[in-house]
Amino acid sequence: MPRIEKALIIKCRQGLHARPAAVFVQIANKFSSMVSVRKGGEEVNGKSIMGMLMLGADCGSEVTMIVDGDDAEVMFVELEAYLAKEE
Amino acid sequence: MPKKNKPEIVLKGIPAASGIAIGTAFLMDQQDFIVPERAIFDDEILVELARFEEAISRTKDEIIKIKEKITAQGGVKDAQIFDAHLLVLEDVMLIEDVEKRIRSEKQSAESVFSRVLKRYAQVFAKIQDDYIKERSADIEDVGRRILKHLMGETRTHDFDQLAGDVIIVAHDISPSDAVTMFDKKIMGFVTDVGGRTAHTAIIAKSLGVPAVLGLKDATLRISNQDQIIVDGRKGVVIINPDEETTELYLKEKEKIAQYEGSVAQMPDAPNETQDGRRILLMANFEMDGEIPAVKKYRAEGIGLYRTEFFYMNRLDLPTEEEQYQAYKKIAEAMSPNPVVIRTLDLGGDKFISSIQLPKEMTPFLGSRAIRLCLEEQDIFKTQLRAILRASSHGNVGMMYPMIAGPGELRAANGILKGVKQRLREKNIPFNENMPVGVMIEVPAAAMTADLLAKECNFFSIGTNDLIQYTLAVDRGNEKMAQFYEPGHPAVLRLIRRTISAAHDANIKVSVCGEMASDPTLAIILLGLGLDSFSMSPSSIPVIKKAVRSIRFSDAQELARQALRLSTGQEVEEFMTSELTKLVPEFYHYHGRAA
Repeated sequence: MPRIEKALIIKCRQGLHARPAAVFVQIANKFSSMVSVRKGGEEVNGKSIMGMLMLGADCGSEVTMIVDGDDAEVMFVELEAYLAKEE
Repeated sequence: MPKKNKPEIVLKGIPAASGIAIGTAFLMDQQDFIVPERAIFDDEILVELARFEEAISRTKDEIIKIKEKITAQGGVKDAQIFDAHLLVLEDVMLIEDVEKRIRSEKQSAESVFSRVLKRYAQVFAKIQDDYIKERSADIEDVGRRILKHLMGETRTHDFDQLAGDVIIVAHDISPSDAVTMFDKKIMGFVTDVGGRTAHTAIIAKSLGVPAVLGLKDATLRISNQDQIIVDGRKGVVIINPDEETTELYLKEKEKIAQYEGSVAQMPDAPNETQDGRRILLMANFEMDGEIPAVKKYRAEGIGLYRTEFFYMNRLDLPTEEEQYQAYKKIAEAMSPNPVVIRTLDLGGDKFISSIQLPKEMTPFLGSRAIRLCLEEQDIFKTQLRAILRASSHGNVGMMYPMIAGPGELRAANGILKGVKQRLREKNIPFNENMPVGVMIEVPAAAMTADLLAKECNFFSIGTNDLIQYTLAVDRGNEKMAQFYEPGHPAVLRLIRRTISAAHDANIKVSVCGEMASDPTLAIILLGLGLDSFSMSPSSIPVIKKAVRSIRFSDAQELARQALRLSTGQEVEEFMTSELTKLVPEFYHYHGRAA
């Protein structure tokens, strides 16, 4: 089972708050693999809206995304693309 | 008063307590619950996890249903907010967090869940973002729904925020909520479910305020702080009334106040018919706060003292001493008038946290009232000791609920005999001749009234349950409300039979159900020879006025005619028209005429 871990910079202007966080969770829930997002010392489940909102990653902050499971590769590509968007 | 751009909406429900209220809506389902901490044993962990899962899945079903309903009514945009609710319900982190803590902290699902929920809410409250603020409200709303399913009938709302005069709007009012309402300023009640004998109706009557129940979706249509009018005579609720409507209702309210004023002017007049038949008008009673009303309306005793209150909203069982002190206090306050204490009537729709009962398919036909007491004899004996000790003060009687025949009466009396013996051995004083009665609320008891009468000192007919069991109508099911007919010939015949059996055996009969406080039906009971009527104190003046307006011989004739009619509706129409002839102002108050 592939496991991918990569540091990323949040590009979207609102950060990973509010709607962008909800969209992130919705994308993540389409896949069977696990995803977690780490910022500083805190790591949360990327499939949980509660977790993502509590992480509160601002625009420009650095996070580490860890994807683990059968469809990890496709999942990673899609989530990374979403985080890289600037809208 | 009416807000701009909000149209007047009229809803129709079941008239459960008379009167008119005009005021601000207070949506109870949006208030927090009080969640007690409850430690669990290792072998209960799986049970709690399953309960949590069950509550989540029920809440999901509930939200999906509401969403479908709103979508079907064209509110697609409104329905979308429920998507956010569903997102919260499916949140892995929240669910895993709760499950992990149930295992590690060994606390009940509801106490763990409510703490986890609060923690999230605190974090979200600090985040400056409108979207998240909205989500925070969603989380709270969903949380309340889940807690409602976890806590069932034992839930209690936190009423700290309830300030000022309001009209309570709720899906349903649980008995545990009901007991917290007596000291609050409440102008009226509106609920989605329930009928004329629901707990809500009983509290409303005891507070002397109107109630309209069984409105199905009142909690969805009425918003917090909306102006509403509750017409408990006709079962109508008006949301955002315009000035004209408000004016009209203020006038009606004034007429009712005048009628009540005229009725209240004769508190000390004897309770007798024009040809001198004397009856007793007594009060149904639940807790201390009601004593002033009992005195104010000159109740000639307590005809039904409900003792479930002691057992509710607490985690332990009430002690003998605690009950003894409470019974003694009321016995002394009412002396020399009688106080009839009903032994514990749990089960059916009343549950408590200190006795965990297995879920039954049909609780009203299951282990409730005397049946439960015969199983849980320790609890029963504690109460019997407390009642017996109180019987050495004032004028105390006692009765057993839900007796179905002489077998159960003998079993209960057998336990009573043992308790008395122990008290004698210990030289603890009690009244050796304390009257012991039987509640007639199961048709089987009415049919065997002649046999029961030989082995007890009095009867008290509990009409709410007698109607439910005779007509096979669940009184808590609002869909069945149309079949709940107090004047149904079968019910009246059972009552007639019970009264004659009692009088043949030279014992007295009272009625302590809602029927005693409905003037149209009370006159039939009077005509059938009923000795005493027990009701919410605030209903006493109206019944007094009806009794004092009629001759006993006329009431007997009316009862004879009413018992020849074929349906409950015919009986009510007949009695309303006859009564309006005798007491013309009665129409304004009752409003069910024509």
